[in-house]
Parts: sequence; structure tokens; C-alpha cells
Amino acid sequence: MKIRDLTELATQNLREAILRNSLTTLGIAVGVASLVAMLSLGVGLQEMISRRLERNGLFNTVLVRPQTSFNATGQIRRNRDLGTDRPNDGNRNDRNQSDSNRDPVGADIVSHPLDQASRRELAQLPHVLEVYPEFRFTGDLRFGPAGHLTQVTSLPMSAAASDSLEGMQGRFFSTTDAHEIILQADAAADLADSQHLQTADMIGKDLVLRYAGREPLPAASASSTRRDRAAAADDALSGFSIISSRISLRVVGIVDAETVASGAGAFARSGAYVPLAVAEELGVVQGNDMGEVVRESALGGNGQHYTNLTVRVEKPGDVPAVEDSVRQMGYSPFSLLDLTRNLRRVFAILDLLLGIFGSLALAVASLGIINTLVMAILERRREIGVLKALGASAKDVRQLFFAEAGVMGLLGGVGGVVLGWGIGRLIQLGTNYYLRQQQIPAENIWTVPVWLVASAIAFSLVVSLAAGLYPATRAARLDPVEALRYE
Amino acid sequence: MMEPRTEQKTEAKAESNAGAARYPAANGAAIFAEQLTRHYQMGASVIRAVDGITLEVPAGEFLALLGASGSGKSSLLNLLAGLDHPTSGAVFVLGRQLGRMTSLELSRHRNQTIGIVFQSFNLLPRMTVMENVELPLRLAEVPRAFRPPRVKEALERVGLSERLAHRPGELSGGEQQRVAIARAMVNRPRILLADEPTGNLDSNTGEEILRLISEINRPSDGEEPTTVLIVTHERGLAERYASRIVTLADGRIHRIEQR
Repeated sequence: MKIRDLTELATQNLREAILRNSLTTLGIAVGVASLVAMLSLGVGLQEMISRRLERNGLFNTVLVRPQTSFNATGQIRRNRDLGTDRPNDGNRNDRNQSDSNRDPVGADIVSHPLDQASRRELAQLPHVLEVYPEFRFTGDLRFGPAGHLTQVTSLPMSAAASDSLEGMQGRFFSTTDAHEIILQADAAADLADSQHLQTADMIGKDLVLRYAGREPLPAASASSTRRDRAAAADDALSGFSIISSRISLRVVGIVDAETVASGAGAFARSGAYVPLAVAEELGVVQGNDMGEVVRESALGGNGQHYTNLTVRVEKPGDVPAVEDSVRQMGYSPFSLLDLTRNLRRVFAILDLLLGIFGSLALAVASLGIINTLVMAILERRREIGVLKALGASAKDVRQLFFAEAGVMGLLGGVGGVVLGWGIGRLIQLGTNYYLRQQQIPAENIWTVPVWLVASAIAFSLVVSLAAGLYPATRAARLDPVEALRYE
Repeated sequence: MMEPRTEQKTEAKAESNAGAARYPAANGAAIFAEQLTRHYQMGASVIRAVDGITLEVPAGEFLALLGASGSGKSSLLNLLAGLDHPTSGAVFVLGRQLGRMTSLELSRHRNQTIGIVFQSFNLLPRMTVMENVELPLRLAEVPRAFRPPRVKEALERVGLSERLAHRPGELSGGEQQRVAIARAMVNRPRILLADEPTGNLDSNTGEEILRLISEINRPSDGEEPTTVLIVTHERGLAERYASRIVTLADGRIHRIEQR
């Protein structure tokens, strides 16, 4: 029989015992609905967490550090000694050669510091959106007579999209070199209290940031001897004075979060944030400056070195390639990609478990199909006999019962997807209502992707056909003479 | 994939022809049964429903199988229809041995070579008259466009072309049997087998049905005659319409009467 005829006959047969067949189909629909609801929640949660992590820039950033390792005696060894697994990059070797020197204990020290040149080089890698350093320093926020000592962190303009700035009062920096500052709520409250102001009133106020600034040492005097001049020049290159410096900044925003994710310093707490270009201009003394002074002296180098640089790439998928390039350049890359992999593994297991629990309901529903079709065989025994007497082959009869199972599976699948969508929507609404009650912004924890809809209907169809296998085979084997005798 | 099947079919046909050669009568007869037996095991005893029947039905004949209840009439009909398999012996229909046919060939045989009418009509109650009569056409995979005229033609032949949309429950017993006859004839088979076609009808309606079957057997419009074999226990009707009456008793042929 042709498929269209089979489907018509199957639908006609199903309409005959409409209540029983509807209940069976409803059973399948409930099974599919539980599967869809569970998996859509699993997928939704996964997407929500991934989305938040991506928005915070944790998945599409690579933290670059100078490559260092400790040898057995505790000496610091720089990149060229780190083994043979790295490609023998010609540029790097040239550069290493020029930077080579010997330390006091005789071991090779090869310096490959992160400087402006490295920053430019990294910025030219494919898929790299921006490369920026992070400045973290202690600063004293002065607002009138009151002061508030806190950690100050630089933020690139791309941090504006960071999730941690959600709910920020005011706005983000207007430009990267604007003399503006964003305060953490506690710091803002502390400063506001001193002037009997509300915290929110701090927005638009000017304050002074005092910090420890670097001041180059004066050049050697002309009257000195040649030997003195050489010594003075060497001193000027390898040291600086620390002086108390200040800058006036306007408060533009107040954030609740104690950390603002911007890549490298994602988990560091700060009381205030300044634009990246402003922080760079300040010439603040940072934690690694002492080491740099000594190193500058040993290597005879010059210029500003960074403790680390954050490389932001276009998308998380670009991270491995950029990491490889960074490694080839002789730096040490670090990303949260491994964490992502683990997270995906956890979600894969979670989805699997949710799928198994959801499928249990569908398995129970498939028993309903078997029961319904076996009952149908008993009730329609004579009809099967008539069909065979009229020329239906065993294959025709088998296909007819298969088609009936298939129609129930298809209708149950479609109904189940709609029902599952409804259940998921209700859970979503309920969750958001609860979150709002808890003063937490609403969150999308539920997603029904197209693949889930298609898979659920296909799965329902396959399970139904499998459930119809036994009844269909049994019907096909029915002896027509016996069947025609049945009353 | 198809080639071995074709070979199988050819082989089956060759065997079938070989069988026909062994039974010369099989070539000319519409139906030929040779030493046909059908035994059923019931516990320790054996029921000999059909017990060594040899019967030849020439093309175009109207044969009535007569006999008391349990004489083996219906069992013989089932064997001739290919609904049941004989314990021994052979059945040839239009020269082909049923025992040599594959399951699919037997289905085609029931669909296209013969038409069957039952005592209890066996119409499918949820289907309309149109759909019931269309069923053998669906099974034969006749294109949809050709079906309505074929159904109408079959129903016109039994005088029910106005009842297309009715369901069997809305028809009288005689009308239902007419629909069953239309369904049996819709694929234009060469042989019509009827098992007690008047058994559930009053005498007048039974007479009408037999008249209709007789018209199918000898059409007045010059169409090819259809071989008819009916099982009945009503001697009067059989005598009026059949050209030959075969009386069965205990699974054997008791008497043959040429009319």
C-alpha cells in the first residue's frame, strides 16, 4: 500500500477508538514534554552561564605573562631555557640573543619582557581585538577633607559590556583618556558619608586621587668626570624616584560589585576604576617595579615593562590558536579554556542525566503504545482477516500498525514539544517571579533550540515505531482463517 | 536486490507450470483441486475437514457447494481462496499452483484473481460504502485518480451507486451484501468465491443476491463471464442458479449434480 493510503487508514483507525488513542497519545506527549522541559532547562542553564562568562570576557581573553621557571636551585630562568618543545622561532632567538646576559651565579638569563613592542606584536596576531595591560595600585581618594584608601584598577573601554557593571548607577567612561572614575559602592558611601551626602550624589562630583608616582632620576651633570658621567647615566637608566602624585577625576558611576571582570584581573577586588589610558599616563608605581629596576640594571634595558598583558580575541574559539601564537612568541599564555572544557563536560553529563530522566517518562508512554496496539489487534482481529482476504500482504498489515504507532508518535511528539515548551515557560516565569521577589534581575534559564524540537519529535517517532514493532509483527502473522472466525 | 527475486518468481512459475503438466486438467480449468486434504489436530483426535477432494471448475461455471454444517464446504473454499494451506494435495487457480506461491503472490492472488464474499458481509463499519469498496484498489495500489470511477462502476453493478457516503450500519443486510459483492468485484477478478452469501438474509433478499451473483456469472452486456463458486446450505437457491451442485459430507464429495 502507498504511504498516503497507509496514513489515511491509520488515522481513520485511530479515530475509531478516539478516547483510548488520545490517552495513549497524551501519554507520549507527557513523556516528550518532560524530556523537552528537562533538556530545555539544561540547555538554558548552560547558555546562561556561558553567556555570562563570555560577557565578562573570561572566555575570549588570554592572559600573557613573560615565561619564567624555577630551576632546581631556585634560580629564575627565563624563556630560552624552558625546553625544546617550543618552535625555534628565528625572531625570538634573535631577540633572546640580544637580551642575553649572565647572572651572578653563572646561569643563563634570557629576558623576553612584556613591553610596548610585545604589546604591538600581540595586537597584530590574527583574531586579536585588543591587547591591554592592567594597572593596579593603591590610591587615596580625597573628597574634601575625607579620604578613602583603596585599590584602584584600570579598565579598558571593552569592560563596559562586563556583567559586573550590571545595575551600575551613572555611566561608564566616556573615553579611554577621560579624567573620570567609577567608584565601588562601599568606597562611594564612605566618601559621601563624610560630606553628609547620599551615595548616589557622588556621581558628578570631582575628587582627587593621590597615588605613588614614578619620577625619572635626573641626568648626569656636565661637569662630572667621564667615569662619573657613565655611572650617573647608568643610574638614571636603572632607577626612579617615588613621589606623591595626584590627579583630579570626576565620578561618573557607582558599581555594587567589588570586582569588575576585564579579563586578567577578573577576580581582584577594587574600590575604584579609572580608564586605561589615564592609568597609563599616571606612571604609577606598581608591585613589580622593584624587580624591574634590578632587572633593568642587569640587562641594560629601557622602557616600561608589563607584569602581564590581556589579549582579547574575537570569540572563544579563537583562544587556542592565539595561545599557540603567544607560546611561539616566547610568552606564557593562560586562559580559562580548560575551565570551559570542564564546564562543558559537566553540562554534557547534566544534559545526559536530564535526558535519561526525561526519557523514562517516554519509555513508560511507549508501553502505553504497545498496550493500545495489542488491544487494537484483539479488537480488530476480524478486520485484519478481512484485509488479508481482500489481498493485504503481511507487509501491508505490519505497515498499517506501524503507521498507527507512527501517527501516535508524531502527534505525541508535536504535542509534547508544545506541552514541554509551556512547562518550561511556566518554570521560567516562576523563576523570574521568585528572582524579582529576591531583588535579583530576571534571568533566562530556559531555551528550546530548534535541534531539541526536531530531536524530540524524531525520538518520539522512533520510540513509537519501536513500540509498534511487536504488535505490528503479531498482526502481520495473524492467520486469516482464524482471524475471520473471530467474533 | 531485485534480480534474485525475479529469478525466484521465474522458478516458482516454472514449478507451477511443471505442476500443471502433472495435472493436465489444471491448464484449462479456472480452479482445479487434486486430492486435497485439510486435517486439524484437536488434542488426540484428527479432524478431517477436507479429506481427499479432487474437483475441477471450468472457467465461467456457476458451482454450488452444498452440505450440512461441518461437511467441509467452508474449509474447501478457504483452501481454494488461498486463505488456508492444505495438509496435502494441490490447488491450481488459472493454471497456477497456490502451494508454490510466495506469501506476497498469494496476497496478489486474493486481491486480483479472486473476489471473496462472506456470510456476515465483513464490511468495515467505520468506513463509508465508497471507502469499503475502494479498499481492494488501495491494496492493489491503483492510482487515486482511477479509483472513484472503478468504485462507482462496481456499485452501479449491484444497484447501490447512490449510497456512496453511507456507512454499513445505515444499510440493510441485503444492501450490505451487495456492497460486499461490489468490493469483491471492484478489481475485476476472474473468479468469485462466496461463503454462504445468503446465510444472514431473508429468503427474498437471498434470492436477489443469488440473482445478482448469477448476473455476474453470465453478464448480459457481453462482458467476460466470471467463474462463481458458492458455498450454501440452501438447496432451492442452488438448484435455481448453479450449473452444477457438489454435495459434501464428512470432507468428501458425496454427490455431483449437473444442472
